[in-house]
Amino acid sequence: MLSDVSLRQAPWSQEVALETMGAHAAQRGPLLPVLHALQERFGFVDARAVPLVAKALNVSRADVYGVLTFYSDLRSSLPGRVRVQVCRGEACQAVGGHALAEHATRSLGVDFGGTAVDGSVTLDEVFCLGNCALGPTVTVNGRLRGRVHAAELDALVADGGVLA
Amino acid sequence: MGADEVAAAIEAEAVRRGVVVQVVRNGSRGMMWLEPLVEVVTANGRVAYGPVTPRDVAALFEAGFLGGGAHELGHGDTDQIPWLAQQDRLTFARVGVVDPLSAQDYEGHGGLVALRRALVMTPAQICDEVTESGLRGRGGAGFPVGVKWRTVLDAVDLPKFVACNADEGDSGTFADRMLMEGDPFMLIEGMVIAGIAVGAHEGFVYVRSEYPDAVAALAAAIAAAYKAGWLGPRVLGSDYGFDLEIRVGAGAYICGEETAMLESLEGKRGVVRAKPPLPALEGLFGKPTVVNNVLSLASVLVVLARGAQFYRDFGVGRSRGTQVFQLGGNVGRGGIVETAFGITLGQMLERFGGGTASGRPIRAVQVGGPLGAYLPPARFDLPLDYEAFAAAGAMLGHGGIVVFDDTVDMAVQARFAMEFCAAESCGKCTPCRVGAVRGVEVIDRIVAGRDVAAGVVLLEDLLELMAEGSLCAMGGLTPMPVRSVLQYFPEDLDRSEGTP
Repeated sequence: MLSDVSLRQAPWSQEVALETMGAHAAQRGPLLPVLHALQERFGFVDARAVPLVAKALNVSRADVYGVLTFYSDLRSSLPGRVRVQVCRGEACQAVGGHALAEHATRSLGVDFGGTAVDGSVTLDEVFCLGNCALGPTVTVNGRLRGRVHAAELDALVADGGVLA
Repeated sequence: MGADEVAAAIEAEAVRRGVVVQVVRNGSRGMMWLEPLVEVVTANGRVAYGPVTPRDVAALFEAGFLGGGAHELGHGDTDQIPWLAQQDRLTFARVGVVDPLSAQDYEGHGGLVALRRALVMTPAQICDEVTESGLRGRGGAGFPVGVKWRTVLDAVDLPKFVACNADEGDSGTFADRMLMEGDPFMLIEGMVIAGIAVGAHEGFVYVRSEYPDAVAALAAAIAAAYKAGWLGPRVLGSDYGFDLEIRVGAGAYICGEETAMLESLEGKRGVVRAKPPLPALEGLFGKPTVVNNVLSLASVLVVLARGAQFYRDFGVGRSRGTQVFQLGGNVGRGGIVETAFGITLGQMLERFGGGTASGRPIRAVQVGGPLGAYLPPARFDLPLDYEAFAAAGAMLGHGGIVVFDDTVDMAVQARFAMEFCAAESCGKCTPCRVGAVRGVEVIDRIVAGRDVAAGVVLLEDLLELMAEGSLCAMGGLTPMPVRSVLQYFPEDLDRSEGTP
């Protein structure tokens, strides 16, 4: 799940990875749930997990890598401590979404998809958070917020997602 | 919007004043323009206050809002608010009214009536009744639900599956989310009924990862449904068993396309499949599969609980029943508007939309998500029904209506349609994968004023190729918004005259 990935990351451990995967091995079509679980545990899907997953699910490493790189939610590197998603969908565009997106990249100093060098923040674009009557919409550390313009975004990022 | 903070503030203020209040976190009534909305249950019904901020809470207590006292944020009886009273809330009857996770509340408000009926009907009878109701798939394509179910019922291969498409990725649509958060048992009941109708004992709900609150609500509801015996080996004490599992997507828009969703459920990249074979015959893991949208499955409950004829009596032409429209974007009073098919787009915007949020005139309205047409005020006479929209080169899709004021640059919107397609294409077919990239380039050249006439001819050619040659609706419908800009807002693309 998306919420608070940055707050719960554990350091890499093969044992923990195997245990995390094991909980989903009996499901039908387990690859996506397994990758989600690994990401939730470690904050991202470590390259060291790819061969383990392939072996456990009896698929090729290419299959695992293909899925890992197809889905934009699945990360191959550690995200920043604060994670910001800005909606780029049409409904948010209609109420100043373009300006908010520009402000976000400028004020956070990263492009969409990027993480600040000091690891403080990751900025992602997202196409619709389903809050289309109350845009522009963002999430900060998994918390959804509507009617967010430049000033509100700055305050949310500073407070890690909690409104003052 | 800060509802958590408001709820906390009310509880804190109540403690401070020594008053006992029970705060229930129900789903939204869909009146987004009044959110955060606080409703107080009084002897005279439910009284609405909104939009409430934590700073208003003390004043509300002073005004005696716990007894329905007057306050400038007060709107009286919630059900009498004209915006709500003018709707036909069938599918959304319980949303915002009940405690979403209370099984008791659900049953007390008409839940399980449809399932109890389905358990004493034959599968064929259920399919026939759903067909008779005229219910069409609410995910966008509008295929008759009963006909699809019948195809799966008649398939001989086993096992069969029910897969709910809750990958509501279209910008401007949020009805699936509101239903899953506000009345998750309804979706569960609908899936069990679909299972009975086609002979499936296993179901999956594929929810997009952008909806973590919906995932949480649904997961809790599924656990409660197992506990109550609504899911599991003996549904409501019958011999029929049904198991249900949630799967969470991972940020790929294309997985809202049914075959890409099935691939994703199988643990693969979300790449679309060629049809045929139809998923109804060879779907999940190659087995016969019902794939339905959240609202389709939820609407089946209305059909079975109140009869096909009751549902059919709403709507016009071949668009029967109600559609859950979603008003969003730059709109004065946005939210969920469930109404019978047939009112015009203009009536929808006038009665419910209340103009733009910015107060400026409306210039364009995009209906049906990122793949839907942009319509100018001159087309607001279009009735909201599948056929009328199709005839006008537009589509109703999942019922999203996104309003833009006169500051919108339609060339940017046309370009965005192509950009979005380029970003989200699964890459399987060339018209979509390459066409979208070329589309962005051609639009850039036109907007830059370089040989505009030739550029438009080239763009139209490309649009035809994408529309006719793509495997699925992603590449096939991306031309729709672009064409609508060419047709209704050509002045934004051709800047060779007038604009410096």
